[in-house]
Amino acid sequence: MSTEQLHRIRLQVNGVAHEVEVPARRLLSDALRHDLGLTGTHVGCEHGVCGACTILVDGTPMRSCLMFAVSAADSELTTVEGLANADGTLGPVQQAFRECHGLQCGFCTPGFLTTITAGIKENPSPSEDEAREMIAGNLCRCTGYQNIVKAVCRAAELAATHSGEADQ
Amino acid sequence: MTTRMMGAKVARVEDDRFVRGHGRYVDDVAPDALHAAVLRSPHAHARIRSIDVDAVLDLDGVHAVWTYEDLAPLAPAMGEPLPLLIPHPTLTHGRTQYALAKDEVNYVGEAIAFVVADDRYLAEDALDRIVVEYDLLPAVVGIDAARAAERLVHEDVPGNVAARMEQANGDAAAAIAAAPHTLSLDLEIERSACMPLEGRGVAARWDTDNGRLQLWTSTQTSTGVRAAVAAKLGLDLMRVDVITPDVGGGFGVKINHPWPEELLVPLAARLLGRAVKFTEDRREHFISSAHERGQQHHVEVGFDDEGRLLGLDVRFWHDNGAYTPYGLIVPIITSTQLLGPYKPGAYHVQFDSLYTNTVIVTPYRGAGRPQGCFVMERTMDAIAAYLGKDRTEVRSINLIQPDEMPYEHGLTFQDGRELTYDSGDFPTMLTKIKELVGWDEFETFRAEMAAQGRRVGIGLAAYVEGTGVGPYEGAHITVETSGKVKVATGLTTQGQGHQTAFAQIVADELGVPFEDVEITTGDTRRMPYAVGTFASRAAVMSGSAIHLAAKKTKEKALRIAAEALEADVEDLEIVDGVVQVKGSPGSGIGLGTVAVLSNPLRYAFDEASKAATQFNVGDPTKPPVAAGEEPGLEGKDFYSPPRSTFASGMHAVIVETDPLTAEITILKYAVVHDCGHLINPMIVEGQIHGGVAQGVGGALYERMAYDEAGQLQNASFMDFLMPYVTEVPTSIDIDHLETPSPLNPLGIKGAGEAGVIPGSAAFAAAIEDAEGFPITAMPISPSQLFDLRAAHHA
Repeated sequence: MSTEQLHRIRLQVNGVAHEVEVPARRLLSDALRHDLGLTGTHVGCEHGVCGACTILVDGTPMRSCLMFAVSAADSELTTVEGLANADGTLGPVQQAFRECHGLQCGFCTPGFLTTITAGIKENPSPSEDEAREMIAGNLCRCTGYQNIVKAVCRAAELAATHSGEADQ
Repeated sequence: MTTRMMGAKVARVEDDRFVRGHGRYVDDVAPDALHAAVLRSPHAHARIRSIDVDAVLDLDGVHAVWTYEDLAPLAPAMGEPLPLLIPHPTLTHGRTQYALAKDEVNYVGEAIAFVVADDRYLAEDALDRIVVEYDLLPAVVGIDAARAAERLVHEDVPGNVAARMEQANGDAAAAIAAAPHTLSLDLEIERSACMPLEGRGVAARWDTDNGRLQLWTSTQTSTGVRAAVAAKLGLDLMRVDVITPDVGGGFGVKINHPWPEELLVPLAARLLGRAVKFTEDRREHFISSAHERGQQHHVEVGFDDEGRLLGLDVRFWHDNGAYTPYGLIVPIITSTQLLGPYKPGAYHVQFDSLYTNTVIVTPYRGAGRPQGCFVMERTMDAIAAYLGKDRTEVRSINLIQPDEMPYEHGLTFQDGRELTYDSGDFPTMLTKIKELVGWDEFETFRAEMAAQGRRVGIGLAAYVEGTGVGPYEGAHITVETSGKVKVATGLTTQGQGHQTAFAQIVADELGVPFEDVEITTGDTRRMPYAVGTFASRAAVMSGSAIHLAAKKTKEKALRIAAEALEADVEDLEIVDGVVQVKGSPGSGIGLGTVAVLSNPLRYAFDEASKAATQFNVGDPTKPPVAAGEEPGLEGKDFYSPPRSTFASGMHAVIVETDPLTAEITILKYAVVHDCGHLINPMIVEGQIHGGVAQGVGGALYERMAYDEAGQLQNASFMDFLMPYVTEVPTSIDIDHLETPSPLNPLGIKGAGEAGVIPGSAAFAAAIEDAEGFPITAMPISPSQLFDLRAAHHA
């Protein structure tokens, strides 16, 4: 076994607290995937360009491949596994991607879903141009983005309906 | 009546797990695995003088370190070069690399040593401690250097020529010499690559208890990897299971196999008795997977006053990189498919496939067609410019007419079969694309824009794509006693929505609810006979095989039900999973019950099986399983067509070029597409969208920037510019034309690659139209366009 010094940290992910022991250099993306088994977060480039590994850190989209696990110890993390509604049904962004055929191979999808979740919270009714801007930092090699843009707009609609129902 | 699924925009069943983060990609399986890392050559061309791994051996957490010398003692065939997968008589100097380099390296990224450790971090620490001494050799980089052959990639390959291939139909030289007009063109397309968001990956577990190897790999061919692993590791095929889980995009690069890691990982798993995993990182994908596209072309063409082709002679040079594991597939496709929807008159083509000290070249979506389309469409535009004719007029006069189908080109295609188009309606397609893009209104638009000081151009390009090449695919269907329908086909899936499209086909043919059908792809335990997912062949090949297997399953179900219901087979139908007398709902028995009846049991373990025991089923005077029958409600069949079916399409684009900065902006993009009958139009359109985006990338952004020493200068997503949403058209206008293929039962043609093929040709035409000088090399950046302007206006 390795003699690397380990740090015991607490990772709060999707509302659940996990205790893990990791070396200081362990990437947050690797800790999520390999230490916690939350393999929905994908790693496409490991240099912060593709956005596949995007998670929400205290509600803000961040590249988990550019963070160390130890530096996320005090934060509230949300991964793609945490985007479904409390009753287990698909959340608005997930539902919109399915309806609009916003994904093909599914590898980049988790990063888009987290990014858009934060995006429509900030701008609940984006125009098409704003939808494009919202996802302009994520790479997808399959879809050509046409249907992802549609999915952003649809997700905003679904989220508005959902929160409207919740208010009643 | 059950709603027909074929042709319906059915939402994808795979999406639920993907959007929840529950997909299973290779790096997600075997969480207990050790991790492998590979030491790769930092030099493009060098002799290896020595490798010292001593400093690694006592490192904590390291389980194995191998170089070439270690491999043959573990499995003799591992000492031999990797297989040359697709030999060809003209590939006289084919060369492949070793799993780990023996004595020499021929590209930056070639595998030299292999380490297995507790995790990837430690494995990479270990790589840093390996000391390799090299004698540097001069590198051959780029087609010019390969052609000049002042230096050689492989000492024993004269001229760097792996293959020279020639095909002809008629006497092109004589036809050109006798033609009223002639032109010659020199053209070039740069290197690019597939760049799936998930790189390569492989995980393996040796099951000591059962003496079996289980291998997961991110591949486009499970059966190919299985056969290669068995051969190289010296294992019986029956001891090797290959499973292709969810794959994060392929686009061609994952059809090549076996990659060194696909052999080294299972070898290590067996030796160490532990699961082992290799997950390629992005830099590795750039320098150790595969590229495509790099070609230079010289065209001689002869034509009459109307622009009708009389003779076409194409000579081209194809950069195959350092080795030729995938044979000549890409240049053969270029040499045949460049003809597109046109009659070339007499045709002669010759190509050299050339070695360079760069990453290997294997198919990337389109597989040689984007280059061929670029050559033919640039030629059409050059003829139109020379004659002062509308570009669509010159195309129109050269089109193959619908009543000439099937059309024989008198050439041999990539599958060794005759290049014969089965169907298509190219004149209608040309009419449609002109309407869709507004071809005839463009001059008005150009004048309006010019009045505002803006510069615009329009271009179009046509292609024909052989899809669904053989040799075959198969399907196996089982109806369980629950009535659930389990379907297996052997080819793999990397985003095409096979679980949905194939289930649509089964639901229609078998008469079962779509929701009851479950499709498994790429698992050799379920279907050991298969070829792979490439050449836009999955829908055609496996789609047809699944249709045929469903037919057989249905025949068997009707046969069994006819006996049980004491009815005639002809009078029965299957609706919503129930076999009933035609038009008499409520009269029938469910397919689950038929499945029970199909399998006479000795033992009862629940109510359904109790009903199926031999005391309850069948005539006691006859054998429980009738002669010629098999137990189980199953159907299996294979589809093997005589030759490919040919899809086609035309794209048109309107661009604006900034008079000052030479920035290129897409104003409109239009697609007319013919893939025969559509199984799921939503999925087909998604494929077109994605293809167009890759076409934009190939035309305007993506290039492999090698320096003279063979170092790839842009081996990251920061520097290799793939389109984000900001680089693609804001909308794509799509029109479908459906000329069904006569070659398969569903009348379908492939759709996977089509969208990317005409991109460079269409953009070159539009930019040329905007600028007024020839565009002969793609991709083109604003700075290159800026320089071209300076050169032409100097």
